[in-house]
Amino acid sequence: MKRISLTAIVLAATVATVPAHAAKTLVFCSEGSPEGFNPSLYSSGTTFDASARNVYSRLVEFERGSTKIVPGLAESWTVSEDGLVYTFKLRKGVKFHTTSYFTPSRDFNADDVLYSFNRQWKKDHPYHKVSGGNYQYFASMGMPKLLKSIEKVDAMTVRFTLTKPEAPFIANMAMPFASIMSKEYADKMAAAKTMDKVDLLPVGTGPFQYVAYRKDAVIRYKAHPDYYEGKAKIDNLVFAITKDASVRWAKLKAGECHVMPYPNPADIEAMRKHPDINLLQQEGLNVGYLAYNVKKKPFGNVKVRQALTMAINRDAIIKAVFRGAGKVAKNPIPPTIWSYNEATKAYPYDPAAAKKLLAEAGYPKGFSTDIWAMPVQRPYNPNARRMAEMIQADWAAIGVKAKIVTYEWGEYLKRSIKNSEHTTILLGWTGDNGDPDNFLHVLLGCDGAKKGGINLARWCYKPFDDLIVQAKRTPNVAKRTALYKKAQILFKQQAPWATIAHSIVFKPVRKNVVDFRIDPFGGHVFYGVDLK
Amino acid sequence: MLRFVLYRLGVVIPTFLGVTIFAFSLIRLIPGDPIELMVGERGIEPARHAELRAQYGFDKPLVQQYAIYLGGVLEGDLGRSIVTKQPVLDEFLAVFPATVELALSAILFALVFGLPAGVLAASRRGTAADHAVMGVAITGYSMPVFWWGLLMILLFSVTLDWTPVSGRIDVLYFIEPVTGFMLIDTLLAGDRAAFVSALRHLILPAIVLGTIPLAVIARMTRSSMLEVLGEDYIRTARAKGLSRFRVIWLHALRNALIPVVTVIGLQVGLLLSGTILTETIFSWPGLGKWLVESINRRDYPVLQGGVLLVACLIIFVNLSVDLLYGLINPRIRRAQ
Repeated sequence: MKRISLTAIVLAATVATVPAHAAKTLVFCSEGSPEGFNPSLYSSGTTFDASARNVYSRLVEFERGSTKIVPGLAESWTVSEDGLVYTFKLRKGVKFHTTSYFTPSRDFNADDVLYSFNRQWKKDHPYHKVSGGNYQYFASMGMPKLLKSIEKVDAMTVRFTLTKPEAPFIANMAMPFASIMSKEYADKMAAAKTMDKVDLLPVGTGPFQYVAYRKDAVIRYKAHPDYYEGKAKIDNLVFAITKDASVRWAKLKAGECHVMPYPNPADIEAMRKHPDINLLQQEGLNVGYLAYNVKKKPFGNVKVRQALTMAINRDAIIKAVFRGAGKVAKNPIPPTIWSYNEATKAYPYDPAAAKKLLAEAGYPKGFSTDIWAMPVQRPYNPNARRMAEMIQADWAAIGVKAKIVTYEWGEYLKRSIKNSEHTTILLGWTGDNGDPDNFLHVLLGCDGAKKGGINLARWCYKPFDDLIVQAKRTPNVAKRTALYKKAQILFKQQAPWATIAHSIVFKPVRKNVVDFRIDPFGGHVFYGVDLK
Repeated sequence: MLRFVLYRLGVVIPTFLGVTIFAFSLIRLIPGDPIELMVGERGIEPARHAELRAQYGFDKPLVQQYAIYLGGVLEGDLGRSIVTKQPVLDEFLAVFPATVELALSAILFALVFGLPAGVLAASRRGTAADHAVMGVAITGYSMPVFWWGLLMILLFSVTLDWTPVSGRIDVLYFIEPVTGFMLIDTLLAGDRAAFVSALRHLILPAIVLGTIPLAVIARMTRSSMLEVLGEDYIRTARAKGLSRFRVIWLHALRNALIPVVTVIGLQVGLLLSGTILTETIFSWPGLGKWLVESINRRDYPVLQGGVLLVACLIIFVNLSVDLLYGLINPRIRRAQ
């Protein structure tokens, strides 16, 4: 038994509240157990909160509460004229965590950067196959094909050379998978023949260091005393794993935790009124859409797509499905991302015009089709089944008979992404790196339009693709913005999706929590947060 | 008695084999591929997908996969979780004590209140006390666990602030697991305050989980007692002038207990596997939550291993109950 403090124990024995004085302990009622503590091996936000966002740092970082890129472990970086070479100048004097299982003998340097990336990239790296060796984000962000070389120029300089110009690369470097780990620790574990320990007992340079974890119960951290931006304002950080949203809310009310994620929509009103709770809110970095598979009849016809889009009453969907926790989407990227085109016009809800357009397209009596609805709740769509029913009713009004199709989640993804069996399908996306490319190229580019790709409209439109590919190759942000704005206009005209909504994220925190900011990526970052 | 035990153990082997086949095929019958679930809407390149399937051995024919699995089980190797990469047995041993602690507390609660309530109802058959006990029992039995649990939390934890909302112990304590039973570990650590905290955390979940067994035990005790109270030897005992207390608690209850013990045995089995809802509501890091998660993630090794281990336990509990009959009633022992 480790004693936190005598006061804390006495208090805990008498009342079930968390003392905010003595050592400052912030309790976060997290929604689940992390899959592990190495963010490069996993893709869930739960795992990223427990590892990347609080324990590790990266070469560059997202500024807290925004998608802006700021220096991290790299003090500065330069990009070559042709956009192929990125040179990072590393920060001096950065300390790794000293824990019960590892004591670092040196500061962070270029070897750590090379180790962190080569492990994921090089199949013959001694650590590549450890812990399953499935580097999900490294692969899905296209890194294996994008990287040509990573070189150590000197102890404090690293050079990345790419195979093609890729402007979003710098944003990728701020993602959880790009977290920097200690090579010295890895070498020590390799020598001790306990290589999988590096993924279970993390050693990073981040603001909090790992203390202990009990599966499905609790994760404990303490502030890293030598964090390069200064020690965190709170001394201890505790994740109390609480899977049920109603129970998280009860714990928050009882003062057993300070911050909770993912509240039930039904509890939002009570949270707003509660005297001890601050309800924070922000638009999520996501989009929920209905994609028309243009490879299937009659969705290759742009008029059909436009007509169906105009027949959907999206305001009603926001009210009934999102219960107000959403905003009608007109563009395929959320408004929190740079280059969002304010000037595009949303399709109006106009069944009469839709019917006329459908007749022009050669379907005066409508037709029959399917609507695929996901079986799971996602941030961009809290109830796909209900949404599908509403769209079904809207379409029936213009003579289009739709059958709702649903499968178990894994099967749903397989039949749509892998086999392209779908006709119209509800799905969505949460941004990875805050770059417009991450929505426009990934979800609507020609590269993803084939079977196995995630452009589910299977829409490959050359004028649009040219714009986004050009933007990908242009490092200049102003030029990229102009290209993406144009691309959004083309998207709107061609209507490969009916864009439905961007969610609104609610985050209830207790009133004594100071300066907690909603992370646009859906994560929970506790550096900079204080307790009164 | 020895022959009886050996016979029972002999039956156990085919049951084990059946359970391994059942667990193995059931999870594979559910559509959905663990790798696709892992990547979600992000998708995965077909080549990489095939590579991963090969890595986990999912590309082999089912019969071969089963043979490999069974070979592992016989060597005591239940495999590793696809998600956490940890050995299944280690994960099981980490969550199992939490479930046992909760289940035993719930059964204890059910017994302490259920038995006397049943005896009381039987001995005062037809009175207001009888109706009250049976009314409460039927209400307890019909209560949806989820609703009942949340109701208890709202009343005792949020409104009255008597008990903590959820978890096994206050987050401020950090107890090194020795036995895995929080109550014992806090005592071993010599920390009285931590023990009190663990006990306070146990109260609500034990009551919620114990409510249905309590109702079952009370009803079973009542009907069994009523049967016994009508027997000749009870009349004889009364005629002998024994006190009402001795007749009921010593002569009648002992014989009435046999069907009750059966029910308790079944309830313990149910509790070990059926704590899922209670564990979810009270964020109790136990077996139920672990298994449900493994179904959602299609974590084949965890589910196969977990189901097998739980099945072993239930078989073991049933065996113990059979043996217990013999202890309570010598006639059963001799009949075997």
